Amino acid sequence: MSRYLRFLVPLAIFAVIAAFLFKGLDMNPREIPSPLIGKQVPEFSLPLLEQPDTQITNKDLLGKVYLLNVWATWCVSCRAEHETLVQLGRMNKVDIYGLNWKDERDAAQAWLRQLGNPYAANIFDKKGRTAIDLGVYGAPETFVVDAKGIIHYKHAGPVNPDLIRDKILPMVAELKKKG
Amino acid sequence: MFVRSFLLSLFFLVIATPLHAATLAEYTFEDPQKAADFREVIDEMRCLVCQNESLAGSNAELAVDLRNEIFDMMTAGQDKDDIIRFMVARYGDFVLYDPPMKPSTYPLWFGPLILLIIGALVLIRALRKKSVTQETKLSNDEQQRLDTLLKQPSDSKDAQK
Repeated sequence: MSRYLRFLVPLAIFAVIAAFLFKGLDMNPREIPSPLIGKQVPEFSLPLLEQPDTQITNKDLLGKVYLLNVWATWCVSCRAEHETLVQLGRMNKVDIYGLNWKDERDAAQAWLRQLGNPYAANIFDKKGRTAIDLGVYGAPETFVVDAKGIIHYKHAGPVNPDLIRDKILPMVAELKKKG
Repeated sequence: MFVRSFLLSLFFLVIATPLHAATLAEYTFEDPQKAADFREVIDEMRCLVCQNESLAGSNAELAVDLRNEIFDMMTAGQDKDDIIRFMVARYGDFVLYDPPMKPSTYPLWFGPLILLIIGALVLIRALRKKSVTQETKLSNDEQQRLDTLLKQPSDSKDAQK
């Protein structure tokens, strides 16, 4: 008995360590779990990108399931994901709100004219203060928010068609069913 | 050649520190305790963009914004604990270099200790087993054989050859 134990115990310890390390290979250190999942979208009151005189607040977004997409013209991956967002916008399955993060108004508007505008509206966060409240640490980031304003999911990095089909749209459909 | 590069690295090493401090020089507090708290708190926070730099050391734009935010909060009278709560609420425990003790971090805190204990136990067992083997008494047969061998005069052994 103890003769087997002599080999099995170190083997078991090795297996546990190896399993942890192997899992580590698969994990993306850039993907930091958001502590805001299950919480309300933080309060904000910011001007719209397109109409500087109109303010939009978190309360204006209540009542429907939507995506909140953090983007900026200085962000290279945002350009990469933009086409996907435009396609998603055409599907008319969910409203996409943009949080235009620390950007220039002119540049951002030119970008939308040039590359297409998938957004229901764009919140212009010049100072990046709301982005801090949202725990944004890099663009693009995409949040899935329900009708009560609760964040259910966050994706850091560009969204791709697979993620939209397999994860985001099913989640949106389920949240819409719940109302 | 070597001396030159050595001196050059030394030079950069020396000038690097004041430069680093210069980026933080804009933050001035009337209360020296607050200034110390501010330094401490931004040294303990990880920059989320660069990940291997602290908020104090990073020049990423987000780090600058967060430094400003923390500065404003502290000038407005909030203390270190308020800042830590504020940051953890937005960015999670990841923002802290020193992870808090809670169930999900138990392996992190106790894992190395447990491995050390297991290692020590294995070592102690191995050492004990070794000393036990050395003290083992000979069986009767063995003792007899040893006695007879010892009783044999050494010259008789030579004679056998």
